[in-house]
Amino acid sequence: MKISGAQALIESLKKEGVEIVFGYPGGTVLPIYDVLYGEKAIKHILPRHEQGSTHAADGYARVTGKVGVCIATSGPGATNTITGIATAFMDSIPMVIITGQVATPLIGRDSFQEADITGITQPITKHNYLVKTAEEIPRVIKEAFYIASTGRPGPVVVDIAKDAQVNKFDFKYPDKVNLPGYKPTLKGDPEQVKAAAKLIAESKKPLIYAGGGVIASGAAAELTEFARKLNTPVTTTLMGLGAFPETDKLALQMLGMHGTAFANYAVQECDLLIAVGARFDDRVTGHLPSFAPKAKHIQIDIDPAEIGKNVRIDVPIVGDVKQTLKELNALIPVKAGRHLAWLKQIEEWKNKFPLSYKKNNFIKPQYVIEMIDEVTKGEAIICTEVGQHQMWAAQFFKFTKPRTWVSSGGLGTMGYGFPASIGAQFGRPDSTVFNIAGDGSIQMNIQELATAVIHKLPIKIVVLNNSFLGMVRQWQELIYEKRYSSTNLCNNPDLVKIAEAYGAKAMRITDQTKVKAALEEAMKITDGPVLLDFSVDKEENVLPFVPPGQALNEMIID
Amino acid sequence: MKHTISAIVENKPGVLHRVVGLFSRRGYNIDSLAVGTTEKTEVSRITIVVTGDDLVLEQIIKQLYKQIDVLEVFDLPQNESIERELALIKVKANEKTRNEIAQLAETFNARIVDVAEETVIIEVSLEKEKVENLQKLLEKFGIQELVRTGKIAIQKGGKNNG
Repeated sequence: MKISGAQALIESLKKEGVEIVFGYPGGTVLPIYDVLYGEKAIKHILPRHEQGSTHAADGYARVTGKVGVCIATSGPGATNTITGIATAFMDSIPMVIITGQVATPLIGRDSFQEADITGITQPITKHNYLVKTAEEIPRVIKEAFYIASTGRPGPVVVDIAKDAQVNKFDFKYPDKVNLPGYKPTLKGDPEQVKAAAKLIAESKKPLIYAGGGVIASGAAAELTEFARKLNTPVTTTLMGLGAFPETDKLALQMLGMHGTAFANYAVQECDLLIAVGARFDDRVTGHLPSFAPKAKHIQIDIDPAEIGKNVRIDVPIVGDVKQTLKELNALIPVKAGRHLAWLKQIEEWKNKFPLSYKKNNFIKPQYVIEMIDEVTKGEAIICTEVGQHQMWAAQFFKFTKPRTWVSSGGLGTMGYGFPASIGAQFGRPDSTVFNIAGDGSIQMNIQELATAVIHKLPIKIVVLNNSFLGMVRQWQELIYEKRYSSTNLCNNPDLVKIAEAYGAKAMRITDQTKVKAALEEAMKITDGPVLLDFSVDKEENVLPFVPPGQALNEMIID
Repeated sequence: MKHTISAIVENKPGVLHRVVGLFSRRGYNIDSLAVGTTEKTEVSRITIVVTGDDLVLEQIIKQLYKQIDVLEVFDLPQNESIERELALIKVKANEKTRNEIAQLAETFNARIVDVAEETVIIEVSLEKEKVENLQKLLEKFGIQELVRTGKIAIQKGGKNNG
């Protein structure tokens, strides 16, 4: 039976197991929206901005591990997805972004709402397609989901010309893909795995440095086994939070620019650094030549291009993290009392330089995060925007499970967290979802309050309101002699009134003794979002802080 | 150091854009670039000359491999490859100089492919350095116009890549 390209698209999405899409209609996707009208198997969510749909699809993907899907129309609809695509690309999040394109006879003529979206997204996608005929749709969708979700995951854009959505053809969904140029290596070279096991056996002070790759490959259990067998500490990157339980005594929490002092000292002192699904980002390494100066390096990564990109690697293993850790675990003999001197040294650092902050009469932002951890008993999905609040959330919430931390690590996208929390709540309807925001970030996609209210999503929006673009202000304080250029937001609107205008519940908290009660009250609200506007200490800084260009051990601690 | 990289790619729209875009956004300099079909209709071959140390070269090759439409990439060793660049050189010529130019062309195995009243066009296909030598020697006659392709290269002997 012949069906239209738009019908074929929706059928193809169903074949891929898609349950939910986040999209915004427009001229060139009208045929798709007509098919979605009355569609039962796929839920369509209408955020209030295409950037919102993209981040929502991303948040959904991060908490579920499935491919996030969004739809946008051509031209401005498509260009509004760019920040969301770049965010997903930098953090290796599987997504399929479907955009409408003007009809093929109009392509290249500067037609109304025409933009060369495959050209524009070429550097920020894992792959992209311009589909000009209906017949291509099933193959392209099959390939797009395969590429997005395998190997190192990433976003794939499928741009479909309007006439290809309309034309009819005999639909048949392919069983498999034929991509001769795409064959991710899953199994690490056994010789390299043995070489890694040998280095590990010889090491006196090994340190595991775990990144987002552990989450992506679903290897948290294998990582924990690896660390326990080795009896050696684990530090996680921002993207790796939740890969290892921070309640474990081997946990060093986050390393890098705002990492814990004990994690950073451990990096600088270790004799073997085992990078697991991590990519030696500049926010992790600080001054690159001074990074882990005493260590040999093992790196496990599915992406060969990450091996040795920034740091010379002694034993590289190209392969899936989960599979490789299983193989390594099998090679490591059970032996009691490993690395006791090293662990003692770490314990001393932990006691001497704990994560801390100084209390005063104001609400401390760190305290708010600690109270969120307490009232949720650590059982929550924490989404964030980007800035000081993000770092405090990363530092003071104790992450214990993978896929509970939803934050823009690589691109550092303000305005990401709230729409991502919407996607996260749809993906995990039974979980408590928090979006921790600053007063700057929350205003970047605040229109999504409408989406959260309409769908009765019980998201807790916590604004750590310091009336500043806090992280930039912090840099201006420490590096630019307190010249607070364009970072003062003292003319902020009343966020409580904004939330209420959208139909959300909202509270303002100005007294530190009321922080916990407010959070407990928020936890009782289950029929929609609640915004908690905490007036926090205005010029609080995120510490430790490794100033840019400095070595990790040259951090400012207090 | 200069390297000649050959990339065998799927003959699809946008592939060249991807490859060139990769070089520009990661800050690799392209010294020359040539694209053309191969013995297989479904694939094209892109020959790129780049300058960089071994680490840069390794990154370039890995990044190229990450492109879905790139099938194979190899670094062609200079002493084991035949390398050619084609140039068409329009030189000012008159009755007095035409013979001298023809002789010079001959010593370079170049051909005169067009003769007009005031110019001749020389076609030469050689290694890059030799093309440049010929160009230098022709300068005294006055080069009116010159066009060169990027370098193409193929590995010697029975071993074939791609």
